[in-house]
Amino acid sequence: MKRYFERYKAWLYLLPAILFLGAFMVYPLIDVIIYSFEEGYNFVTQTSRGTGFYNYGYVLRDPYFVQALKNTFLIVIITVPLSTGFALLISLALTAIKPLRNLFQTVYFLPYVTNTLAVGLVFMVLFKKTEYSEGMVNLLIKAFGGSGVDFIDGPYWAKLFVMCLYTIWVVLPFKILILTSALASVNPIYYKAARVDGTRPSRIFFRITLPMISPMVFYLVITGFIGAFKAYSDEVALFGTDLNAAGMNTMVGYVYDMLYGASGGYPSYASAAALILFLIVLTITCINLMVSRRNVHY
Amino acid sequence: MATEQATFSGTAVSDFSDSAKKRRIVRQAFLYLFLVFWALAVLFPFYWMLLTSLKSQSAYNSEVQPKFYVDEPTFDNYKEAFSAVPLARYFANTLIFTLVTTGLMMVVIILAAFAFARLSFRGRNLLFTLFLSLMMIPNELVIITNYVTITNLNLRNSFTGLILPSITSVFYIYLLKENFEQIPEELYKAAKVDGTSDFKYLRRVMIPIARPTLVTIAILKVIECWNLYVWPRLITDDKSYYLVSNGIQEIREHGFGRDNIPAMMAAVVAISVPLVILFLIFRNKIMAGVSRGGIKA
Repeated sequence: MKRYFERYKAWLYLLPAILFLGAFMVYPLIDVIIYSFEEGYNFVTQTSRGTGFYNYGYVLRDPYFVQALKNTFLIVIITVPLSTGFALLISLALTAIKPLRNLFQTVYFLPYVTNTLAVGLVFMVLFKKTEYSEGMVNLLIKAFGGSGVDFIDGPYWAKLFVMCLYTIWVVLPFKILILTSALASVNPIYYKAARVDGTRPSRIFFRITLPMISPMVFYLVITGFIGAFKAYSDEVALFGTDLNAAGMNTMVGYVYDMLYGASGGYPSYASAAALILFLIVLTITCINLMVSRRNVHY
Repeated sequence: MATEQATFSGTAVSDFSDSAKKRRIVRQAFLYLFLVFWALAVLFPFYWMLLTSLKSQSAYNSEVQPKFYVDEPTFDNYKEAFSAVPLARYFANTLIFTLVTTGLMMVVIILAAFAFARLSFRGRNLLFTLFLSLMMIPNELVIITNYVTITNLNLRNSFTGLILPSITSVFYIYLLKENFEQIPEELYKAAKVDGTSDFKYLRRVMIPIARPTLVTIAILKVIECWNLYVWPRLITDDKSYYLVSNGIQEIREHGFGRDNIPAMMAAVVAISVPLVILFLIFRNKIMAGVSRGGIKA
């Protein structure tokens, strides 16, 4: 008996993890694929009409999905390069100073630990224009001679602007942290050698600094793409839960709306949309990895 | 752009002549200006929520141009926030959810990481590879079935339903296993010779040595739980089970009357304060943990 126990003891230690992962990750993964091919699945009776690609076709023709796809791609294309580039600028500046560096780093990291739903409300208040008040940001715009605009319920470009701004504000702490530690780990001997040779600063940056931190930059680009494709709660914070009505829905938002809420109850459509999203992210990540393999220097 | 970037990294190159020194000072001044600008951009929303939460509703609504200061600070909004909506309830729910989830997860991942790091059994490497491959699966994909599962189990609007799917994290198992493996195996062998049981060894030796990592993981998990929004939104529609994120969304859409912005901001401050305090206490641990783990919230 004891020997028997000894032999399978390791599995006993692993049992909880395996059970939870099996029930809430492996099984759902298989199940979501099945759902996505079941046509006319009824959530209450749990029966379906047949199998096929109908759900995918439906989702791809749904104007809400097309809108969500467009919004998501715009978020990705705008925020990933901007946030990575800006984070690089800040990190370089941080590395070039000594006094107060710790203070700046702490301040910059603050958005990481705050509740994005809660701070999103503050952004909404700052950018919103109501009957009572112009809102903080419009006040600034007017001070510079522009005309105010409602960023929350106004034209599409304005909503897109505040959405991207908030996304960047939220993702920067992580990127700054990773890049500052990458910059700090560059061996100072290279800089010393360059100084002896009298190398120009721009050359130092492009020939030493950037190649040395390129693995981390690519890492941030890849995780940035993945994260931006999954944008959802930032949008909820700014525009409310009915993102379709605001025209600001994202792909993840579309999945959840199909599943739950006023427009919900269609797990099949939700599954098809989630799988389409997964395929897009997978493709782009693969392309990213191929590009980085060609360009990352150590 | 290029030259600007170049100057940042170019400070290593220094010259002792007078004009170079002057140029260096100007450059440093620009760097600080830039950094201060972004620090203000980060802090401004926090300042604004504090400021607005101290303004009375009538004062706030009478400001056509919002003011950067408050004439007569009042704490009424906080009273309003905790009495007009069940904010205290949301807090208690989030606290229970966070503590139970984090506690259970620590148990599960410690056991699993120990098995992977120290126990030998057939198929260990294969199983570990399978675990790692699970890291690639996005939450959005599995949440659909989990929603159906929890609904069918009649666990909607219950703590069990909220907690169950968050109890394991492949990533933290991986992180902890790496840490456990750094503890010299000789200790384990010596303990085996002395007849110490595996479980006792794990409890008396491994856990105390790996404590810094365990604390880091626990803090990161607490932050994650505190900010969780999507899953609780799917699983709860009964307000008495709302977590703070859902509570704040509920407040935004139905609470206080839409125009009572100061009370809303008081709620936002109340929700943000615990995490900011946690961050200020464990600043180094959190930042080191996030940068080592390389995870995004």
